Amino acid sequence: MATTTEHHPSRSGLPLEPEMHPLVENKHDLVSVGDLIGNVVLNQVHPRGWWIGFLAGFAMLQVLGVAVAWLFYMGVGIWGINVPVAWGFAIINFVWWIGIGHAGTLISAILLLLHQKWRTSINRFSEAMTIFAVMCAGVFPLIHMGRPWFFYWLYPFPNVAGMYPQFRSPLTWDVFAVTTYFTVSLVFWYIGLIPDLAALRDAAPKRWQRIVYGLLSVGWRGSAIHWRRYEKVYLLLGGLSTPLVLSVHTVVSFDFAVSIVPLWHATIFPPFFVAGAIFSGFAMVVALAIPIRKWYKLEDFFTDHHLDICGKVMLATGMLVCYGYFSEFYMAWYGHSLYEWGTTIERVFGPYGWSYWALLFCNLVVPQILWFKWARRSSLWLEIVCISALIGMWFERYVIVITLTRDQVPSSWGRYTPTIWDYATMIGSLGLFFFLFFLFIRYLPMISITEMRELLPRKQGGGGGHSIMENAP
Amino acid sequence: MSTATAPHAAGHGHGPESEEPVPYGFIAEFETADDLVAATRKARQEGYTRLDTHTPYPVGESADAIGFPKSEMGVVMFIGGLTGACSGFLMQYWNNSYGYSLNIGGRPYMSWPSFIPITFEMMVLTAALSGLFGLMALCGLPRLHHPLFNSKAFDRATRDRFFLSVEATDPKYNSTTTRDFLKSLTTLTVEEVFE
Repeated sequence: MATTTEHHPSRSGLPLEPEMHPLVENKHDLVSVGDLIGNVVLNQVHPRGWWIGFLAGFAMLQVLGVAVAWLFYMGVGIWGINVPVAWGFAIINFVWWIGIGHAGTLISAILLLLHQKWRTSINRFSEAMTIFAVMCAGVFPLIHMGRPWFFYWLYPFPNVAGMYPQFRSPLTWDVFAVTTYFTVSLVFWYIGLIPDLAALRDAAPKRWQRIVYGLLSVGWRGSAIHWRRYEKVYLLLGGLSTPLVLSVHTVVSFDFAVSIVPLWHATIFPPFFVAGAIFSGFAMVVALAIPIRKWYKLEDFFTDHHLDICGKVMLATGMLVCYGYFSEFYMAWYGHSLYEWGTTIERVFGPYGWSYWALLFCNLVVPQILWFKWARRSSLWLEIVCISALIGMWFERYVIVITLTRDQVPSSWGRYTPTIWDYATMIGSLGLFFFLFFLFIRYLPMISITEMRELLPRKQGGGGGHSIMENAP
Repeated sequence: MSTATAPHAAGHGHGPESEEPVPYGFIAEFETADDLVAATRKARQEGYTRLDTHTPYPVGESADAIGFPKSEMGVVMFIGGLTGACSGFLMQYWNNSYGYSLNIGGRPYMSWPSFIPITFEMMVLTAALSGLFGLMALCGLPRLHHPLFNSKAFDRATRDRFFLSVEATDPKYNSTTTRDFLKSLTTLTVEEVFE
């Protein structure tokens, strides 16, 4: 490293990614990158789309407030849950939201380790999406508890009753996995934000902005020694987050797989859940990015080329998920288990069969259009596929949970019908997500200024798209 | 922290010690990262040791040039992660065996496979937190102010300029010769910054 000199299109000896240059369109330089991203936060009058999104989110958030207040007053009986389906919408939405969050970590950590430079323009807001999605996910187990004010009993702490959690239970693993995931995502996001906050501090025209961004940027001054430590931490956090994200959804799938319910007790569950998480998460990233890049005119940074790659990732993960459906079906048939096969038939043709077909339509049929390049590069088609995938992945969890209505013993069969309060809580969680997300867009840089500057070619003042490993010994 | 308002602009009297401004060091401004790296190497050859560079994005060669080839963060996070993993495992083992013994389906108290997920999560959690706090502690952050922020030109260190700083604690520091030396390296500003 220290021996290389001035011109280093590939300092690490790796060839430059041929696709690097289209990742920043037009002739940008350090100033124009900073201004285009920073002005969204510092100066720009917000487009009508922002207000629509924000107000819609805020209105739905009120629904959450009402639903939770009524729930705390009346108890979980206001939901449609009962034996045999004791979790219902709460766990469906929990898994759905957690899954959406996973794409953010995938983009920021796994693609970082894989030298995928196209991640740069979408990593910041997918990380924000992760944090908000995990918050939405966390709401559901908490309010499902019945006595949510005792939530801290989930953690081991010395207490006069001398009681501790049962550490052999996947539900306890879940508590640790989700807590860790949220904390680590927040740390990763914040560390990534520090240099950008410093850039905003120095560019801010208003006093309050200089004070707020100044405090948040912790006095960052771009020192070479600080940068070296910073990059090392960032790289190691990427390395830690990669197994973390896989472990979190694996643990979530253990909530089901460790039980003995037919079709839940399957080794395919962890990889199947992780693939589904990435599929739905990418769908959410792209579904949000398409309108936002248009409203804020950020097409120079989030190009059609990015859409194309995201479409390919969705196609691949979507096919993995569909392989999971096939595997479940095949194993039930090949395994000669009366209960597995019976449950499969119930799942496909039973009283809730429509949801299985809806799931196949949304996750298997619609994404096939992504085989075509014109569809991957069309905002409209991609948006349609993304919304379809989000609905499909919600139905996937619905189908899994609804399996409980018909298990081994017909005498314990039952039905599950969500009530208006189930729907209100679900819509409310969407409100919480959009409310937080639109606030984030308004007050924090949604694309990493620092990393976009690094991505610029050296002759335009940038870092020539160096990868973080090269600077972080 | 708010540099643009510059309530404590360099050299202008404020406070009791304003009679004799204490120099923090010199900063020299460069247009490109390559110029900065070349200048840093020259300053190093010249015998300066208390050097630092300030750039809008990481420039690894400049850290190499000032003599900071490797950061300590790997060790910090490794120790943090190891501590978390060990204490996480012991916490589960102790709690479910001695603190509050639980017999789950006749499994042994030391049923280590079921303790692995939480051990792993605790390892990641503590490694990440030690990364954050270690970074802050080693960098001396957070801090509300730094002498460099007294310089108006330094605002561009997060924008489009690359700065080399020579601190006054350097044995070779001299307000005349150091200035002349830095002027020979760059066509842009060379400025003395005060505490």
